[in-house]
Amino acid sequence: MAHIELNEIAHSYLKNPKDESDYALKRIHNAWDDGGAYALLGPSGCGKTTLLNVISGLLTPSKGRVFYSGKNVTDLPPEKRNIAQVFQFPVLYDTMSVFNNLAFPLRNRGVEESEVKKRVLEVAEILDLTPFLKKRAAGLAADAKQKISLGRGLVRSDVAAILFDEPLTVIDPHLKWHLRRKLKEVHDQMKLTLIYVTHDQVEALTFADQVMVMYEGEIVQIGTPQELFENPKHKFVGFFIGSPGMNFLACSVDSNIARVDGAGIVLDDNTAALAQKAQGKMEIGIRPMHLEVHTKSVKGSLPAKVKTIEDQGSFKILTVTMAGHTLRARLPEDQTMPSGEAWLRFPKRWTKLFADGRLVNK
Amino acid sequence: MGLSLQNVDKTVGREIHLTDVNLEFESGSRNVLLGRTLAGKTSLLRIMAGIDRPTRGKVLIDGRDVTGVSVRKRSVAMVYQQFINYPSLTVYKNIASPLKVSGVPKTEIDRRVRETAEMLHLDDLLDRLPAELSGGQQQRIAIARALIKDAQLLLLDEPLVNLDYKLREELRIELQEIFEQREAIVVYTTTEPTEALMFGGHVVVIDEGRILQTGLTPDIYRNPATTKVAEVFSDPPINYLSCAVQGQTACLGEDIEFPLSDHLKALPAANYIFGVRSNHLSLTPTGAADTEIRTKVELAEINGSETFIHVNYDNSRLVVQVDGVYPHRIGMEISIYVNPSSFFVFDEAGVLVTAPARSTLE
Repeated sequence: MAHIELNEIAHSYLKNPKDESDYALKRIHNAWDDGGAYALLGPSGCGKTTLLNVISGLLTPSKGRVFYSGKNVTDLPPEKRNIAQVFQFPVLYDTMSVFNNLAFPLRNRGVEESEVKKRVLEVAEILDLTPFLKKRAAGLAADAKQKISLGRGLVRSDVAAILFDEPLTVIDPHLKWHLRRKLKEVHDQMKLTLIYVTHDQVEALTFADQVMVMYEGEIVQIGTPQELFENPKHKFVGFFIGSPGMNFLACSVDSNIARVDGAGIVLDDNTAALAQKAQGKMEIGIRPMHLEVHTKSVKGSLPAKVKTIEDQGSFKILTVTMAGHTLRARLPEDQTMPSGEAWLRFPKRWTKLFADGRLVNK
Repeated sequence: MGLSLQNVDKTVGREIHLTDVNLEFESGSRNVLLGRTLAGKTSLLRIMAGIDRPTRGKVLIDGRDVTGVSVRKRSVAMVYQQFINYPSLTVYKNIASPLKVSGVPKTEIDRRVRETAEMLHLDDLLDRLPAELSGGQQQRIAIARALIKDAQLLLLDEPLVNLDYKLREELRIELQEIFEQREAIVVYTTTEPTEALMFGGHVVVIDEGRILQTGLTPDIYRNPATTKVAEVFSDPPINYLSCAVQGQTACLGEDIEFPLSDHLKALPAANYIFGVRSNHLSLTPTGAADTEIRTKVELAEINGSETFIHVNYDNSRLVVQVDGVYPHRIGMEISIYVNPSSFFVFDEAGVLVTAPARSTLE
């Protein structure tokens, strides 16, 4: 078990990096609590795998230091850090039985055979692998294989943290539900530090207590799933989390009204007050599920034209144009849909203001 | 063009890949082939393309038997899950390659390459090599190469699965717009119910090499012919409860009784499987007709704006999908509610008896 601290980390894959754009990781400075469940979420190329490799020791960062429970491990290789890793594709010994696969990391470290047996049986029980222990790993389904990869991390009692790099990407949707649930149970029972790297928002949000959203080599926001959804501090977070992402409309602010090409949208008093001091390009942002759509004009509503309605089963996505801007709304499956004309309301609570891409708030 | 498959079987060695497949596709139709990993999706595409020959049965194009005709003599283009491009050729030459092979004049090639590149936002990258580009851009090249041929049959085998979540969203919207303007038969495979719903059009549900159901995508979603179709076409997984009907009363699980109403009224006395999708279970009653299920929380997953609550009732695993954030502790006692009007009813063999009526059909 370990508390992990990243101290002023930066990394460039170039020998002589010149400016900031040469860095895959720009400046990472934060701490990861012992026993926490974390997710690193971002698009490919954002630096999340680089950061994971810095934590595991596969990569020595160009700048900064890594501490495990206060001990400087910056120059230690992965095997000296007591880290377990689970990758996108299960890494197993195909010809070995499930038991021997699970036992491998322990036998490799010279653990006594009676202890090996005890640990393997314990871990197999947690992961529902007991019926497969005598089977060869080669014949198993993708999700069972991924559970063995995880089990090989869990058998070691000295493991400091388990790092997951896109572990569910190649797993079918119905099996993802089962595996995600298993991971949460394991975290609950074993209180291990888990760090999970993914581009998939559902996996990140459902897995982690704290999600770190990465963009172009930086962590742009750290927060609970709810915080990231309700108060994205950066436009990128608004765009990347939520499906479809947040709607953004360029505006100018005139006391408590955001003006969008002729349409006026009322801001809450706090945002309006802060907006007076804010500088740069102003935009309002609203999530598709928070945008109210009416079939008739209601108090404070703005007219819009319906472009398309997409039936997504449990909900509908409505695409509309308002004052020349395209917006998307996410509506419950049983709501009456407008046709042709629609009236939009922007609830104050959910109408956010961004200045130069950053949320305007306290 | 019309493409039909008649009584197609495919066996490889002792393994059965496809059994008695009968399908019809029309020009300009958009079709999603939905099924889990190893369901037979790729086997079916390869037979449609003419890459593989069926073990039994026929492939007809406009009524003409083409079963033995090689892929080179057919008008077909295919995009794969892996990004397949010529690594030593520039983006321009990659896109141009199918036309060059078929001897199209240079000026014509140039016009079409630029037109297709623009459609896929590759126009600024024409002089680059594939390896210098991101995964999303590499797949765009492969798609451009498939589109430039203007083939009558366009097959895409899980083309977006190796891309980031957000990139998928973008490319999916673009592809939909591109497909709409084409005369070709488009067949697109996926394991994900949400992706099938986003594409709309027609869906073909396949499982263990057999076609289970075909029709308009939202219709099949709302009228799954069997429990298997409902499982393949639900994410979160569909919830099942055993139910005994006697007279005008239904008895759910151990001891929950409710009167039959709406679409359930005419149900003859028998044992059934009642199915309900996660978004139709709730934590507060939605009306007087609701039935209450008392149970314990096994896990709560917060997904930004919504929560997935996992519970167990009468040996069935249930998932409740609710709007809002409910950080319920494991073991907490809760009530979940379901309106009987949202139950799918299947007989004991898993065949649909009745589906919820839809009050909001446009």
